[in-house]
Amino acid sequence: MFGFRKKKNKASPDHSQAAVSRGLLVFENTSEVIQAENLLKKAGWSVSVMGPPPEIRTGCDLVIVFPLMEELHILRELRRKALEPLQVVPVSAPLLAPVDLFQTKDFGDYLMVRAANMKITIAKGSRQIVNISGGGCPDVPYLAQAMIGQSLAAAPRPRDLGHTLCGYALELAYQELLRQC
Amino acid sequence: MLGIVGTVPDLQFPLVHGKVRWQGRQIRIEGHTIPVNRGTPALIAASLRACECAGGPEVYAFLVGDTGVGEGSRRLYDFLARHLPEFDLQVLTFHYLQPDVDWHGRVLPAVQTMARRPILIADAGFMYAAKMSGQARHYDFFTPDVGELAFLADDQAPHPFYTRGFILHQEHQVPDLIRQAYGHGNAAACLVVKGSTDYIVHDGSIAATVEAPSCDAMEAIGGTGDTLTGLLSAFCGAGFDRIEAAVLAARANRWTGALADPTPATQVPELIDKIPEAVSHLLDHKDYRSTPHGGA
Repeated sequence: MFGFRKKKNKASPDHSQAAVSRGLLVFENTSEVIQAENLLKKAGWSVSVMGPPPEIRTGCDLVIVFPLMEELHILRELRRKALEPLQVVPVSAPLLAPVDLFQTKDFGDYLMVRAANMKITIAKGSRQIVNISGGGCPDVPYLAQAMIGQSLAAAPRPRDLGHTLCGYALELAYQELLRQC
Repeated sequence: MLGIVGTVPDLQFPLVHGKVRWQGRQIRIEGHTIPVNRGTPALIAASLRACECAGGPEVYAFLVGDTGVGEGSRRLYDFLARHLPEFDLQVLTFHYLQPDVDWHGRVLPAVQTMARRPILIADAGFMYAAKMSGQARHYDFFTPDVGELAFLADDQAPHPFYTRGFILHQEHQVPDLIRQAYGHGNAAACLVVKGSTDYIVHDGSIAATVEAPSCDAMEAIGGTGDTLTGLLSAFCGAGFDRIEAAVLAARANRWTGALADPTPATQVPELIDKIPEAVSHLLDHKDYRSTPHGGA
């Protein structure tokens, strides 16, 4: 839990019909969010990961947005996997969207992809991860230690080892690299 | 003394504080040996190597193991909130910690009760918390890269991950992003913006830019931002004027790249090895006067 949401957010509430058709699943930490997202997407639900509105004072700094009508089904599925959320609340305010722009830099023999504040670089020939840079949360050095020197296919995934928003951004960069290579 | 606060990516590493020494490409603190790969150990290593050449102070670190869950960071925050007033530090640099606004709000008052107010530098996760606390003005330096500068410029983003898309972090927009960051009160008194051009900013005005030597591969190498912050900390501790310290740090960091001739696969210890040569070269040539914006 980061405890980021202290500063006043100037965004005004959105009570549109479209907004209240969605709900938020609030979890204790980012690792649980990532596990729940993977589980629900594999099961075919249309869910997305977003930043929580400021009035949510518990949990971590990622929430899962889901169709509110599916609440019972989704909760049952999560309970079966021991992933029960801390809170389930309807969406009543604008949500922060994660950065969704990727930047790719070609160094000739190496390819680097950036997502938000995280960068991952591989050697094109061997597909070996040669560097990870950027970020500021304490799982970044830990993830770099675990992933550098491994091949892209065999490396541990940031979604499995990471705990923070920097870890999640690295997972997105990793997925983009997989898509491109 | 130069104080450095941060984490080690090892859950078993206890909370320790003490003087740090450079020994065989590793750092030693209170009987513990820590490999230097990236993160806070790389920052400390850069400071130690620079202090050797620039007459900087002894380095005193406050470290704890944390791999992202945040438990170690919270123990260290708690220690700092209770004990920082007992220390006499010329410079205090905060680095890789789990960003936590509540704990930041307890540590900053502890700093303010120290007998001598240190020069305060914030980077990485602690800089994120400092921005979100709304208390950025209490710091002497933030050291963002261009993506993190966009986060400082976005008054709503709680983390660089949520920087809104219309605030694009492109190199040519740096002066605009600097203006927005200061406009929202989200910048320290000075910024060192790390990028293909390094911008040194004082009270919202660009005091200097550093563009050379340039080495494209440095962007991919994990830890080069950490070494720049380590160099800045050392030069502030050695008594350089703040802008001169920032210019010298930016140039020295670039010279480590020029001397090592890296590829994107180079690891940061290879660059740290070049710090004494880079710093000695710049000091011998007195090559650290601030260059007006637009120059190199």
